[in-house]
Amino acid sequence: MEKEKNRQQDKSGRMIEVHVKRQDTPDAPAKWEVFQIKWRANLNVIAVLQELQIHPVRADGHATTPPAWEAACLEEVCGTCTMIINGVPRQACAALVDKLEQPIRIEPLSKFPVMRDLMVDRQRMFDHLKHVKAWVGIDGTYELGPGPRYSNDLAQERYKLSECMTCGCCVEACPQYGPHAKFIGPQAVNQVQLFNTHPSGALNATERLEAVMGDGGVQDCGDAQNCVKVCPKKIPLTESIAKVSRATTVHAIKKIID
Amino acid sequence: MAKPHRLIVVGGGLAGLMTTIKACEAGMEVDLFSIVPVKRSHSVCAQGGINGAVNTKGEGDSPWEHFDDTVYGGDFLANQPPAKKMCDAAPGIIYLMDRMGVPFTRTPEGLLDFRRFGGTKHHRTAFAGASTGQQLLYALDEQVRRFESMGKVRKFEWWEYLGFIKDGEGICRGITAQNIVTMEIKTFRASAVAIGTGGPGIVFGRSTNSLINTGYAAAITYMQGAKYANGEFIQVHPTAMPGEDKLRLMSESARGEGGRMWVYKDGKPWYFLEEMYPAYGNLVPRDVATRAIYKVVYDMGLGINGQPIVYLDVSHMPSGVIRQKLGAILDIYEKFMGDDPTKVPMKVFPAVHYSMGGLWVDYDQMTNVPGLFAVGEVDYSIHGANRLGANSLLSCIYAGMVAGPAMAKWSKGLGTHEDDVSPSVFDDASRIFSDKIESMKKMDGPENPYLLGQELGEWMTKNVTVIRYNDRLKETDQKLVEILDRWHRIGIKDRGGWANQTLHWTRQLYPMIQLARVMTIGALMRDESRGAHYKPDFPQRDDTKFLKTTIAEYKPGGAHGAPAISYDPVDVSLIKPRPRQYDVDKSAS
Repeated sequence: MEKEKNRQQDKSGRMIEVHVKRQDTPDAPAKWEVFQIKWRANLNVIAVLQELQIHPVRADGHATTPPAWEAACLEEVCGTCTMIINGVPRQACAALVDKLEQPIRIEPLSKFPVMRDLMVDRQRMFDHLKHVKAWVGIDGTYELGPGPRYSNDLAQERYKLSECMTCGCCVEACPQYGPHAKFIGPQAVNQVQLFNTHPSGALNATERLEAVMGDGGVQDCGDAQNCVKVCPKKIPLTESIAKVSRATTVHAIKKIID
Repeated sequence: MAKPHRLIVVGGGLAGLMTTIKACEAGMEVDLFSIVPVKRSHSVCAQGGINGAVNTKGEGDSPWEHFDDTVYGGDFLANQPPAKKMCDAAPGIIYLMDRMGVPFTRTPEGLLDFRRFGGTKHHRTAFAGASTGQQLLYALDEQVRRFESMGKVRKFEWWEYLGFIKDGEGICRGITAQNIVTMEIKTFRASAVAIGTGGPGIVFGRSTNSLINTGYAAAITYMQGAKYANGEFIQVHPTAMPGEDKLRLMSESARGEGGRMWVYKDGKPWYFLEEMYPAYGNLVPRDVATRAIYKVVYDMGLGINGQPIVYLDVSHMPSGVIRQKLGAILDIYEKFMGDDPTKVPMKVFPAVHYSMGGLWVDYDQMTNVPGLFAVGEVDYSIHGANRLGANSLLSCIYAGMVAGPAMAKWSKGLGTHEDDVSPSVFDDASRIFSDKIESMKKMDGPENPYLLGQELGEWMTKNVTVIRYNDRLKETDQKLVEILDRWHRIGIKDRGGWANQTLHWTRQLYPMIQLARVMTIGALMRDESRGAHYKPDFPQRDDTKFLKTTIAEYKPGGAHGAPAISYDPVDVSLIKPRPRQYDVDKSAS
């Protein structure tokens, strides 16, 4: 029956079938809705959601509300439009329809509270940035001359780590991370590495290491290595975890000896 | 001890964050409002770099030279004293960002590296790969988080500014805001408010701007009595990737690193910018490059495959070098277009990018409403008739460095503490917005708010961008009035009381149309060509009549009110205006 319907629409122009997981409020039950929209060249999932915004009508002809979703830059540098598309956490802007299997299944990230439909609250990740003191402790924004001199190799290494958009893909894929687990996740550990490798950031390295020692810290990583596979910026998260893990061990031993 | 003052900053991009940091350093506490978590602000989209005349390449560069390039590039419409101060502050700003840990690309000696950008002959642009805006924003985001952890900053993310609140004497005393998820509307008190909400790209439908850059905040502030200046000056960036949902920017740094623009002519590649502008070549300012592309595509019919497309080519350069220096933008291109730009030329076309115009501010970043400040792209102050590449990140940070201390000073000079202002001032303000939004929920007309927004964007892009004719501008303004009428016949299909995005968009749309009128009427009345504003019927710059800042003030009355336009003199006290031409060197012109 379903196939028959698809074939008919193929004749009058290709159609795309999209399944969207809906949830009206944080406490409401979730349900799936099915939509069909006309295929066009170069569609991405954002353009599909925009189409549903204009014509919020289900495939069965029933009018519904437009799905709520978040987006901003649409060029994969802000991290806003992260959702699960065909089972994989990623940015909707960079998900091209022609490269996706149909029906396209779109659902909210599962590790965070859903606000409405595809919109989730990722505040917890930003709180973790506070916890690991992910900043250089500058003396002030006054004219204090140039920053520390360091090699371009180090700058490039840090740039790679610094591209993290706090989008949530890594923690979504991480089996140790979740609403009921304490693990702060790959993104926060990566920030420890980013700031501990900066010449002035390193002055507070022990504070950051201590923030990721013990319960919920870097030792909670189960080495599933899912994080690197889904990171849209290809940040070497497992390397950061390994380096920070080693540094915490050295720091712990030092503390015993001192 | 006097009760501490609380400031409000609306917008968490570079300008808003730097305002926040400076205000904290001046002993203030800050409530920071943003429609998205601040780390997701539009500043992340800036790619190429930030200008500052550090002069590390033995080229004799100086802040004065940077200042001269800036006002010359802006076709002498900028007030010169603040532009000069910004250029003087630029090297210090770059050093400051380096101290915060921005991973700027460095030289073999470990110093900051600089590249070339449009409208200058100097290597003056510091950069972190090709996502410099993202990296600068993250650095300020981190410093603000540090103040947040000290209890100096309270963040209100997912709260949208609805409008400012003034007391009986006309002094700004706070804002009304709405939580875009819970839909709660609340007022917030402050001794001073700064608006740093970015540009209005969405007024043009698709642009290089983020979806959050509706221009609503600027537009409602204008409708509440703030002056809007130079609204007709809209920068159209020469190189963007055409797209269904967005026109994605391809940074000017591609040309700064040696990228060339070409089309086929007589079967051979024709490097049109290099031929038309031998002195600056591919690095002419954006308005000049954009008009050249229009000429090549529309007048000469030389677009690639007959389409409105030209080539931006970096494929002749060593792929290792450009991967390191331009990696982020090459990745974007490959991801969205499927071609590898190190092997084949990129297909690009101009797109609406930046508003030189914005809320009028004095040299302390204060609008004409006492206690209300504006910072960053939403203010008009620095760029005149055209902004030079890599000056936007600089002007955002600079504005924050001026506004933070100025707001602290203003607060200390106030007679009454914000907590002592009569509650009725706030109750009245919040009721206006609550009532309006309640009545919008009942709208059940035939118009679709998203299609109405698309129509607005199509008219504005077609008639109020690169080439402007008075008859089409008049027709556009009539259309805008019609769209304002039709706004009242919108039907809201979503009755949900939680994260109702249709309702938010519909609320944003009305002031956006009003702002579109400011741009259109400003363009209609300016019978000259200057910077990004080009009229074939008036091809020359006319300093006698139009070396003036356009000021728009909203006048209520009639069905929709209308902008009243007046003109202010421009402070050209430091550099005498001279003709602007890029086919020869600046010194020779």
